Amino acid sequence: MTRITMREAISQAMWEEMERDPDVFILGEEVGVWGGSYAVTKGFYDHFGEKRVRDTPISESTIVGAAIGSALTGLRPIAEIMTINFAFSAMDHIVNQAAKLHYMFGGQLILPLVIRTVGGGGRQLGATHSQTPDAIFAHFPGLKVVAPGTPEDAKGLLKSAIRSNDPIFFIEHATLYQTRAEVPDGDYITPIGKSKVHREGRDVTIVTYSKMLETSSKAAEQLSGMGIEAEIIDLRTLRPLDMEPVLESFRKTNRAVIVEEGWRSYGVGAEVTARIYEEAFDYVDAPIQRVAQKEVPLPYNRTLEQLALPQVEDVVQAVKEVL
Amino acid sequence: MKKEEYLDLYYQMVLIRRVEEAAIPLYQEGKIGGFLHLYIGQEAVSTGLISARLPQDRVITAYRDHGVAINCGVSADLVMAELLGKATGISKGKGGSMHMADVEKNFWGGHAIVGAHLPIAAGLALGDQYQETDGVTICMFGDGATNIGYFHEALNLSKVWNLPVLWVCENNQYGMGTAVDRASAVSDIRQKAEGYCIPNEVVDGMNIMKVRQAAERILAEIRAGKGPYFLEIETYRFQGHSMGDPERYRKQDEVKQWEENDPIGIFRHYLTSEKIASAAELDQLDQKAADEVKAAIQFAENSPEPAPEELFTNIYVDN
Ligand SMILES: Cc1ncc(C[n+]2csc(CCOP(=O)(O)OP(=O)(O)O)c2C)c(N)n1
Ligand SMILES: [Mg+2]
Repeated sequence: MTRITMREAISQAMWEEMERDPDVFILGEEVGVWGGSYAVTKGFYDHFGEKRVRDTPISESTIVGAAIGSALTGLRPIAEIMTINFAFSAMDHIVNQAAKLHYMFGGQLILPLVIRTVGGGGRQLGATHSQTPDAIFAHFPGLKVVAPGTPEDAKGLLKSAIRSNDPIFFIEHATLYQTRAEVPDGDYITPIGKSKVHREGRDVTIVTYSKMLETSSKAAEQLSGMGIEAEIIDLRTLRPLDMEPVLESFRKTNRAVIVEEGWRSYGVGAEVTARIYEEAFDYVDAPIQRVAQKEVPLPYNRTLEQLALPQVEDVVQAVKEVL
Repeated sequence: MKKEEYLDLYYQMVLIRRVEEAAIPLYQEGKIGGFLHLYIGQEAVSTGLISARLPQDRVITAYRDHGVAINCGVSADLVMAELLGKATGISKGKGGSMHMADVEKNFWGGHAIVGAHLPIAAGLALGDQYQETDGVTICMFGDGATNIGYFHEALNLSKVWNLPVLWVCENNQYGMGTAVDRASAVSDIRQKAEGYCIPNEVVDGMNIMKVRQAAERILAEIRAGKGPYFLEIETYRFQGHSMGDPERYRKQDEVKQWEENDPIGIFRHYLTSEKIASAAELDQLDQKAADEVKAAIQFAENSPEPAPEELFTNIYVDN
């Protein structure tokens, strides 16, 4: 095991896959000469050259569209959308094209494609640059949506995504890039579509993913000090959603809190809560609680921004509600 | 061209015409659902273009795709079965009129979001460039599509990356009910390509020989590494935009005038006046096409509906 940052983990995943397979290449804004606007592809351009690390114009639809087209010819593009907020400009190509072409032509078209992007609030970038709209992308059958919360998963899941034959929307979190943790040495992959027990506990089930895994883990530590042991399930993949570990945990604890950074309405929490009620109603001992972003466009002011984003105390409070 | 080749081109045009004429009553009877956009009047465009391609050249187009499918080698049977939504259709009944593709024949579909397939075409061309093949991507779209952002992004990228792509604007004078000069600030559409430093020209799309000759010459240039090229092909759709078009936006006189320039009639005249084929030979081909369409309808009608299990297949490759 080696201790590395999330940024390094993601970077290593791409580097190793590009070394392994000449059909893997990167395209996006500032991925090459600049080294990636979040420095994830630093050094790639010098090592792999401009053919495989392709700077594009500011043309989000065409970054995704060209990735789709080249994937159809058998290549394995990794399209980087600078931030998830700009993915809306490529929405048609993500949800109308990537998610549908395989199905709509009766299975003839195959798109081994990764769209990497980064989302999340907390950096005082104002409402247009701070969103966590992950649930929107998870709405569409045909797309797979992955959002890792640890360096180990980021590396393993991204390598899986690059080797996958389906279009994968891979969401990183801007405030996790510096997170450091142990990562297995050498080549390993983590399966897409599998949730995971991140922390074991008997009293309450916390279901979360991405940045909120960190927040929920801190809450679990505090709760532990009060004698409450929370079990944390990390979803890791939002579509296809693997409910098995969630349900298994819930059947044990009978209480759940769902924590997401995005807005509550129509969100991940809404989906997971509904599924628990549908599939484990007999085990419910208390109304399920959701922790999510306040229903406002995220403000710039630091205090206001933090008020809108879910905090450790919000999770602790929600757990107390269900106990 | 050899005589057989001329006859083959003529046959393809007539076959497209007959397939679509047969589709009209099938639509009215409710056997074909959804939208149905006919290519009648524009047959010389795709027939001329696609006949000039090599097998490694990819073709991608918009939703007005039946003719393109047939020119790419999809049989009338499979087109008709798709129109009827049958399991034997070219897209297994999951795509319909607007979404036909045959990857084996390097036909990458029918795409129904206006202009959205242009970035995908750039990607197809990128694939060939990356893999150092000498394939060219032929991307067809309407005049209306030149007003959406995707068009501009894709043309720009194709020039920046010198992609092997032939952009083909089928200017049939209208996007639905909106005439070109009511929607495009630049009514001389090829000038938009000029704006991206992409070489361009206008070709008469009612004359298949002109389309064919231009396509042969330009495909060779692109194949030689000269980068993207833009062809504006002047044409006209004789039918409404899709079935049920009230056609308030154009006068019957205008339609009549264009109908006198029927691309099939023009080609027929060319073949007989140049003594390439006799009227009797061409009549025979007309009959053959009619027979083929009759058989295709029978094939489609007798084909099974997709099994209910098909609902959940082809969502993902890796499960
Ligand atoms: C993005 C988008 N907007 C609107 C439509 C509805 N629509 C379908 S066809 C069409 C007109 C397109 O005209 P043109 O590109 O000239 O093609 P033509 O139908 O003449 O072949 C419109 C507006 C659509 N399918 N996609
Ligand atoms: Mg038009």
